[in-house]
Amino acid sequence: MSAALLVRVLRDPASVEALDAAGWTGLLAAAKAERLIATLAWRIEGRQLPHGVKPILLDARMDAEREARQALWEADRAAHALSAIGVRLVVLKGTAYAAAGLAAGQGRFIGDLDILVPRAAMEAVERALMAAGWEWVKEDAYDDAYYRQWMHELPPMIHAERDRMIDVHHTILPLTARPKPDAAALLADAVAIGDSLWTLSPEDRVIHAAAHMLADGDLQGGLRNLWDIHCLLHDIDRSTLDRRAARHGLRAHVRQAERLADALYGGGAALTAWDRVVRARLLARDGWGRETRKLLVFACYLRSHWLRMPPLMLARHLWTKWRKGHRPR
Amino acid sequence: MRHGLTLRIGPATFRIGSAWRTPIEALARLYAAYPDGGGTVADFTVRLQPTSTLRRWVRPSIFITGDHGLADAAPMSLAHGLLAAEMGMNLQMALGWRRHLLLHASSVEKDGRALVMTGESGSGKSTLAALLGERGWRLMGDEFALLDLDSGAILPFPRLVSLKNQAIGVVADAVAPDRLGPLLRATAKGDIRHMVPRADAVARMSEGAMPALLLFPRFGHEAALRPVGQGEAFMRLTQASTNYVALGEPGFAALTRFVTGVPACAIDFPTGDAAFEMVGRLWEGGA
Repeated sequence: MSAALLVRVLRDPASVEALDAAGWTGLLAAAKAERLIATLAWRIEGRQLPHGVKPILLDARMDAEREARQALWEADRAAHALSAIGVRLVVLKGTAYAAAGLAAGQGRFIGDLDILVPRAAMEAVERALMAAGWEWVKEDAYDDAYYRQWMHELPPMIHAERDRMIDVHHTILPLTARPKPDAAALLADAVAIGDSLWTLSPEDRVIHAAAHMLADGDLQGGLRNLWDIHCLLHDIDRSTLDRRAARHGLRAHVRQAERLADALYGGGAALTAWDRVVRARLLARDGWGRETRKLLVFACYLRSHWLRMPPLMLARHLWTKWRKGHRPR
Repeated sequence: MRHGLTLRIGPATFRIGSAWRTPIEALARLYAAYPDGGGTVADFTVRLQPTSTLRRWVRPSIFITGDHGLADAAPMSLAHGLLAAEMGMNLQMALGWRRHLLLHASSVEKDGRALVMTGESGSGKSTLAALLGERGWRLMGDEFALLDLDSGAILPFPRLVSLKNQAIGVVADAVAPDRLGPLLRATAKGDIRHMVPRADAVARMSEGAMPALLLFPRFGHEAALRPVGQGEAFMRLTQASTNYVALGEPGFAALTRFVTGVPACAIDFPTGDAAFEMVGRLWEGGA
């Protein structure tokens, strides 16, 4: 039940002062497992902390700061590589939050560099990145063909010297998913940060985060995604957001994200039955950092595939992957 | 988890959970003289969990993980549960420790000064440290030496000494049987037996020492001695550190200070006695 504890502390930082040593150890283990440890560190800054907790939180903040620094440097290098072909670099997710100095970026671990470019420019972008030292992570003809035909991104690339991954997107959901976001509108309304980087508009950031969490994945890392959404919602007019979400065909997903963010991290919200199922999945983590509710977790894994492709295509995909020796976690 | 224990080793506290009783019992026996970690907030959680539900009971197989884990970690037999727990703690340190520069090195102390020995697995650094620890030196650690970023001191991390293969016979003769763990045969690293450090090593586990000599030992060669330059020592230590990159500039500064202030030498040795003689000579002569 420690994911629930983590959520409670993020919502109400003062509640942390009532924890005993065992409670703290469970909270920290869950926060590490959910990659929210540095976010937690920011959130409870200045509170009364028992001996031994402060150094753990300082370590986490230091790691997050280093990751943000690396992520911004990586974005700078990518912008440099794309400047030659006149494509402006729209950064997504963690890198965007860090670059724009948003609350959602505070303490956020940043993995890959995610960028959005016009679909028509994909080939030129690919060539420019490869000329600047990025290369394919793995050579697999099926995966490669699959990505290019059906996904919203190129197969992942990695920089040969810096060992950092880049995901080049041309829209925010797989082409096989039912909602069809308006990628041209996402790019047209992007806002500049500094001289060489752009991010999505504030509304589109929420919509992207909601689409990523609720219309695409298996809810792995969902508590962090939802924390992003909670932070991103702060400076936003909800009715403007609703209209914008409708334009991308993601109104239901965005509304659900709002309800869940308000229920878990904010002032509360009335949840539907389906919201409660998602919430149960999000809270499937115990005080040892282990995933619990295995059946529900597996069901969400299956659902993520269902969301991504129509049944016949899914069957063919799973069969191909199975023959190649891939098994679910 | 069903079975658990909290241990404090040097500056780090570990909470170890296990699906089985035996690894925790083995830890509790061998770490009995260490300070009680109960009631403190653990820096790291280690989990010894079944590789699958079935493998909890049938041919039990351990997946080692925790706050930090490797998805492709090789499963281990429950008979090697003690080793799995030790590996789990090492994994947390290697991947997660940030408060000192972590060097894959053994260290011993005499007269308030530390001798640091680094080298690949099989170099004899661990065995040498274990034996020196029985011969008038204080054992600070056989696996990790912690370099303090501010003071430049080496801090102890005196976990159980992990003796491998031939070293088991050599060291076991020198210590009382109650300081030895079970003989773990045919692990991925060969035969392994754990040894409890002497009482003073445990009692003084918060007490650091300024480094006075750095050695790169190599067992199994004709006796030979070669001074190592600062540049080479620096490069080899960056490779021997798991968190050098993560620490950034403070790590660079600490390591620079270390190699510029501490003489370094590579020693090849055919036997333990030859090594003691060389170490003694180097230590007296200018370290």
